[in-house]
Amino acid sequence: MKKSMLESPHRSYVKINSDTFTPKKSLSDRTFYGLIYVMTIVAIIVTFYPFLYVLSISFSSVEAIDQQKVILFPVGFTLSGYKMVLQYQELWVSFYNTLWYTVVGTVLNILFTCLAAFPLSRPRFFLRRKLNFFIAFTMYFSGGLIPVYMLITSLGLYNTRWAMVLPVLVITFNVMICRSAFEGIPNEIFESANIDGANDITMLFKLAIPIIKPTLAVLTLYYAVYHWNNFFSALLYLGQQDLQPLQMFLRRVLIMASPEVMQKMGGSMSTSALAVSTLQVRYVSIVVSILPIVTIYPFIQRYFVKGITLGAVKG
Amino acid sequence: MKLVKRDKYLLIMFAPVFVYYVIFMYIPMPGVLIAFKNFTPGHGIFGGDWVGLQWFAQFVHSIYFWRLLRNTFLLAFLPLLFGFGIPILFAVCIVEIKNQVFKRFAQTITYLPHFISTVVVAGMLINFLSPADGIVNTLLARFGFEKVNFMMEAGWFRTIFTSSEIWQSFGFSSIIYIAAIMSIDPEMYDSGKIDGVSKFQELWHLTLPSIKPTIVILLLLSLGGIMSVGFEKVYLLYNGATYETADVLSTYVYRMGIEGQNYGFATAVGLFNSIITFVLVFTVNRITRRMTNMSLW
Repeated sequence: MKKSMLESPHRSYVKINSDTFTPKKSLSDRTFYGLIYVMTIVAIIVTFYPFLYVLSISFSSVEAIDQQKVILFPVGFTLSGYKMVLQYQELWVSFYNTLWYTVVGTVLNILFTCLAAFPLSRPRFFLRRKLNFFIAFTMYFSGGLIPVYMLITSLGLYNTRWAMVLPVLVITFNVMICRSAFEGIPNEIFESANIDGANDITMLFKLAIPIIKPTLAVLTLYYAVYHWNNFFSALLYLGQQDLQPLQMFLRRVLIMASPEVMQKMGGSMSTSALAVSTLQVRYVSIVVSILPIVTIYPFIQRYFVKGITLGAVKG
Repeated sequence: MKLVKRDKYLLIMFAPVFVYYVIFMYIPMPGVLIAFKNFTPGHGIFGGDWVGLQWFAQFVHSIYFWRLLRNTFLLAFLPLLFGFGIPILFAVCIVEIKNQVFKRFAQTITYLPHFISTVVVAGMLINFLSPADGIVNTLLARFGFEKVNFMMEAGWFRTIFTSSEIWQSFGFSSIIYIAAIMSIDPEMYDSGKIDGVSKFQELWHLTLPSIKPTIVILLLLSLGGIMSVGFEKVYLLYNGATYETADVLSTYVYRMGIEGQNYGFATAVGLFNSIITFVLVFTVNRITRRMTNMSLW
């Protein structure tokens, strides 16, 4: 088979119903589809199995876990692991904190992203080029970890909620995406609004923002996932436990397997029972922490493709 | 002044953003000067004596220099080497699947790990690989193999890191290739069918060449980021026993700077890393422009 066959001169003139021309699939094509399905199923299993295992352990009885019977599905169904974890005060505190950081952070992110992007998208704005450079410059140069850390501490933001929000008020790359969206709005709309006496601020909030809603939905998704999963800022700036987000709590339970946390949850259990139930506590914590994402996930899935294509817009 | 008056609302709008950029982005910039100073907290960024390149010299001559450089490079390069082709292959699979329900199911499942936090991914790895009660060792024992203390053996770190990176990202990365394949003119496929090409030939001579620009751009993009291994995952997965293969520049900066309060030295190491990254990104951008007539900026 040569490439030239594909580039046959007739190709743009011929339109056919492809089914009528391939009544029987050749052996090679059947192999092709076989491979496609096998690879996809392998990909599904590899991705899904870890989640299934976590879920199964979280619902299994302590005896079954102890005898290492749980491989695929729950054995000896019980909710005692969930009872133990959900009673734990610290989980709820960190859950509330994460919710706070995500909601407040994302709202401010979107507001500031629009405030930055709109002026930069107006062709007549006399500082447009200069300010574009002003923000783009920060994508390539930054003070680095230590100077930023020193700034945050000297501003008195250490151990305050604002340390999770203010340092990432806008992400420059997202401003670029938002700016392109504003630039895509036909200028006539603004001109007619101008004749009606609207100023730029009214135009932004009454006209421009409603028009680019789909883009803002994608940016909201990006910012919200960022805040929900943000661990690094908390590690740096939040020493105080009652301010720490879910991710810091998870780290103590999952990675450091903090004995103090486990004992508080386990109460007066015997050591061996405690060992097994701490294992279950870890898996239950995983389920609880990813549950919100998994729940809203099907609703945001349709934005993924749009998000990716937006990101590909040239900065 | 007339311009200021005309654009006053745009200026008012941008003002808070301007303040944000000055405080959080521009004020820390002169902070890199700490890398050239003997800095102790309390002096402020502009206090302390100049020490020139002392910190850089100390770093380059330290026994950790090559180890950090090698680990940083390898932990970025290995996932690229083994993982770059997988999203392309997976995208081909997804596009060819005719059953819509199965297709959606496959996509939903494989995108999911992208949205899970690093802490949870690291937590799952550590618990699955635990020698006492992890599923991996349970299965190994059941099939008669020796148990392995994966997280404590330096030899395993790169494998664990690389495979988990691929696991997290392949599904979501495939989206961009799926979009690229969907935008290929369907008439090309129709004419191929008239000529009786097989599916393998179609893939090799039509699909892959058509998405070549996308592949090239993404490859070059990731080459630019080869010195910037994410801090979080390494930090959460490594420990004293695995520093040999796991410690990278960013984790070293964190240990020296934040934990050790060795500000001058840590800033110098961080600056060193930024310079290499910067040079790489610029070089890659030039190559991209020459090869594809597209540039990243």
